[in-house]
Order: sequence, then C-alpha cells, then structure tokens
Amino acid sequence: MDMMMLVKAFLVGGIICAIGQVLIDYTKLTPARILVSFVVIGVALGALGWYQPLIDFAGAGATVPLTGFGATLAKGVKEAVSKDGLFGAFTGGLTGSAAGITVAVVAALIVGLVCKSGEKS
Amino acid sequence: MTKQKYAQWVKEESPNSKGPVNISKAFVSGGLICVIGQLLIFLYENLGAGEKAPVLASLSLVILSAVLTGVNVYDNIAKHAGAGTLVPITGFANSMVSAAMEFKTEGYVVGLGAKMFSIAGPVIVYGVSASVLYGIILVIFG
Repeated sequence: MDMMMLVKAFLVGGIICAIGQVLIDYTKLTPARILVSFVVIGVALGALGWYQPLIDFAGAGATVPLTGFGATLAKGVKEAVSKDGLFGAFTGGLTGSAAGITVAVVAALIVGLVCKSGEKS
Repeated sequence: MTKQKYAQWVKEESPNSKGPVNISKAFVSGGLICVIGQLLIFLYENLGAGEKAPVLASLSLVILSAVLTGVNVYDNIAKHAGAGTLVPITGFANSMVSAAMEFKTEGYVVGLGAKMFSIAGPVIVYGVSASVLYGIILVIFG
C-alpha cells in the first residue's frame, strides 16, 4: 500500500473541502449553490484537461469531491464525442456518471423507505 | 430546561466559530473521507478491478453515506464537519437520502420521490448541461 498516496489524497481532498468551507463562511453561497459550482468547475477543469493530472497525483483526493463528479461528466462527453460525434455530446455526460447517479437514487429510495428521519439533535 | 441551561445549549449549538476553526474541521474531515476513498481504491485494485477501482470506491462511499444517513449518524457528523462532509460525493448522497427520509410523510411520489432531488437535481441539471456545452465545443473545434 502506497502511504504517500494516502497523504496526498488527504491533503488534496482536504484542501478542496476547505475551499468549500471558505465559500460557506465568507460568501452568501448556499450549500446547494456550492455543490452546483463545484460540479460545473469540475466539468470545466476536466474539459481543459487539468483535472486528470490532479487525479493522477492525489487519487481519491480528486475523485471523491464533487469536482471529480464534474470531471467524470467531461470525460464521458470527450469519449462519446470521439466515438459518435455530435450525438455523443448528448449521451456522454450521463453515460459517464450513470453508475454514480443510479446507485445514489436507488440508495436514497431504499433508505428513504426503510428509515425514519430522526430527531435533529 | 432552565434559562441558563438554554443559553448554554444555544451557545453550544450555534456555530459561531467562523473562519479558521470551521476551515480546519472541513479540511480534516474532508481529507479523511478521501483517505477512506483511497483505501477503497487500493482494496478494489487488489481485487483486480483495474481502471474501475476509483468508480467502485466512490459508489461504496455513496452506499456507506446512505446507510450512515439512514441511522442518523451522517448528519450529526456534518454539523461539525461543514463542507468537509458536504463537498465529497458522500454529501451528494446524504442530501438525497436525508430528503427522501424527511419528506416521505408527504407521499412516496411528490414527497420521497421528488424531494430527494432538491439539491441533487440542480447539480445534475447544471453538470450535465455544462458537459453538453463542452461536447458541442469539442464537435465544432475538436
């Protein structure tokens, strides 16, 4: 196991989350807007080809934050366009992120059905 | 609850620790979630998942977050961690699961089914739209 990779994942993932906290504390951005911004920024960085180097460097530190989800959308589109042209522009994003969205939806349905909202202590 | 106790409770509950404290907490908690993600990547790589290891790790984190939200643990961690538990993919899953649980009382279709997308919906709308824009740019200039 590569200890250095764990350290890099911790540092990069931590910094990305710290940026989110700065936005919460010092701007009027709501959590929903911050998540939307992070995904769109992830798409942009993925499109520019700047996010893959970060993934190569920090592994989960780059793939786990929502910016990684955005980069996945961009990667899916790039692959689909090279294969199907313009058609791919409309299929690539959801194809690339299909597993993540599907698992989140099904998990939310099952847990939502089974569990009750607890007391907000 | 006495007045004094209430005042103390309010003081403890209201996050007035803006700045460095909040940011450090977000850094450490977010970093730790990514470390768990990296450990999962190592695990799936060892199991022979190859290129799919990072995706499988993220999916595992989504399921873990859904379960922890279901037993009301994730939201208690999130109160302290702030963006540290919001920005990772686990926060995305948490926003869906907690809304599904909370709005189940409003019905299974317009409650649970619709409200789970109150945060995830915009994320998908703007994320996918940005990716379509990128795709069109690629077709024109690529």
